[in-house]
Amino acid sequence: MIKFLIKGLLRDRSRSLLPLIVVAIGVMLAVFMRGYINGIMVDMIEQTARFNTGHVKVMTKAYAENIDQIPNDLAIMGASELQAGLEEAFPDIKWVSRIKFGGLIDVPDDNGETRSQGPSLGIGLDLFSGSSGEIERLNLSRSLVRGTIPDTAGEILLSEEFSEKLKVSPGEEVTLIGSTMNGSMAIYNFIVSGTVRFGNTSLDRGSVIADISDVQKALDMYDSAGEILGFFPGGYYSDEKADPVMAEFNEDFVTENDEFSPVMLRLRDQEGLGLFVNLAGSMGAIVTFVFMVAMSLVLWNAGLLGGLRRYGEIGIRLAIGEEKGHVYRSMITESLMIGMAGTIIGTAFGLSLSWLLQTYGLDISEFTKNATTGIMMPNIVRARITPPDFYIGFIPGVISTVAGTMLSGIGIYKRKTSQLFKELEA
Amino acid sequence: MNNNLIIETKHLTKRFPMGKGEFTALKGIDLTLGKGEFTGLIGPSGSGKTTLLNIIGSLDSPTEGEVIVMGSSVGIMSAKEAARLRKENLGFIFQSYNLLQVHTVYENVEFPLLLLKLSSSERRKMVHDALEWVGLTDKMKQKPPQLSGGECQRVAIARAMVKRPSLVLADEPTANLDAANSHNILQTMVKLNQDLMTTFLFATHDDKVIGYLRRKIYLKDGLVDKIETA
Repeated sequence: MIKFLIKGLLRDRSRSLLPLIVVAIGVMLAVFMRGYINGIMVDMIEQTARFNTGHVKVMTKAYAENIDQIPNDLAIMGASELQAGLEEAFPDIKWVSRIKFGGLIDVPDDNGETRSQGPSLGIGLDLFSGSSGEIERLNLSRSLVRGTIPDTAGEILLSEEFSEKLKVSPGEEVTLIGSTMNGSMAIYNFIVSGTVRFGNTSLDRGSVIADISDVQKALDMYDSAGEILGFFPGGYYSDEKADPVMAEFNEDFVTENDEFSPVMLRLRDQEGLGLFVNLAGSMGAIVTFVFMVAMSLVLWNAGLLGGLRRYGEIGIRLAIGEEKGHVYRSMITESLMIGMAGTIIGTAFGLSLSWLLQTYGLDISEFTKNATTGIMMPNIVRARITPPDFYIGFIPGVISTVAGTMLSGIGIYKRKTSQLFKELEA
Repeated sequence: MNNNLIIETKHLTKRFPMGKGEFTALKGIDLTLGKGEFTGLIGPSGSGKTTLLNIIGSLDSPTEGEVIVMGSSVGIMSAKEAARLRKENLGFIFQSYNLLQVHTVYENVEFPLLLLKLSSSERRKMVHDALEWVGLTDKMKQKPPQLSGGECQRVAIARAMVKRPSLVLADEPTANLDAANSHNILQTMVKLNQDLMTTFLFATHDDKVIGYLRRKIYLKDGLVDKIETA
């Protein structure tokens, strides 16, 4: 009987081709959209991780509690020793120290008087050692608009937008006016080595980037760092990797009554990213469900049309003595075969498209230029192919085909066999 | 019970709802058909011949009275039992052939045997026999669109006969055929009737068919008007 059904499907293209095309297109879109959305969401998470949260982050407990205020008076002291300890305990993870700071950037004129001034948000990170990977991590080379990346002490990068606002160019001197770790006033001169544009409004509005050693000097934070960030190999966050690291570290270091004891937080514990990580995880299911419903509706209608066209065939089969249930089951078997074939074709095309977008990316910098969102969007979006992309298409592909056939096939049961002759002779 | 009895109707009445009232298609028909008969229900449109054929073929059920086909009462059998009766004992021949267009002649004739779950070697032999009866062994790989009307109807006969049913119901089997093909088809059926002792029951108003019938049951307005035996 299966052979009979397969022959029918292969020879009657109007029976198989339309559902096959619908399934293949639907599955292709589902697989591609899953990879695309997954890629965007993971990129956004990773962008935030690179600039802000790390995959895991070590701070003092008090700093973590007041992190919105960037309380450098609560920063980690003896940061280099703690970082060395982390590197020894978790050698697979890349550890870097950073200091975030706020302050005014003042641009003096020839007489030393203020020419322009603006509030800034800075990051001090390891630009000079060459082994930290921070220049690549923050994509500074590609973000450079004018000048060069700092390579000697006392140099600083400004965001291009900020430098335009302050009317300052590379090579000119600016003064950081802020607060030291001890609460006194900090005034420190830098030479602007270059300007950068990250394509993210929150970063481009007033960013300052300097080597961490300069920031430690400026803010009296010798051997201190606000945060030590850890990045997983492979460049992607996962709870499975973060949980054991955090658990081990916190068990060893967190002291209940010491607010300066270091504490480790995962990416998902920071900046409300937990919801975003969950959303990224469920996006596949959401996309799959949406396509499953949409395809079921299309295939239901295709099934109804096909059923009408096959009225004669179904009629004769019933007249010959096939039971209604058997006809119904054979139609479902046919739809299973179509669903499987369409899914395989759709998955192959969907993965190919995803691979292209993963490999070459899509430059959306023009669209994000004036974005006002605080979410860190990458300038180049890429799809991300994960193992579920290879099989996830079978859920909408097969379920929707079978569901569509089941719905349209109900007509077989509603049909009165006595109408057979009349219908067959019509 | 008479072992030769294939069909027996007792006071068979069939009513259909029509608007707010009812239309009575069959008004208390009493008939018997024995094994090996070559009989026709003859009458104009609306005389009730197709309705009677439907009920005998277990495609419909009587409103009143009883219809016994091969010892089973059609009125009280379940859909499953009716399907089994059709599958095992009945063959149908339609006016418009109703062949499966994408399947070959061989596959069309083989289909009823697939439902009977016979082995492939049994099926092969039975299909070859059936095609030989109707003279189509050379066309078994062709598909219906490649055949003439007469050839299509011969395929339909082979499909109805392949499982060697006790009863073949044929509803206007020559309506779409020219005279030469009609005679050809009818001669084939007569031969099968004689060789295999298969009972044939026609619903027709075609004189060509009527000429071959050994018993003619004339229906008029849902009643048996007269019965002629050759």
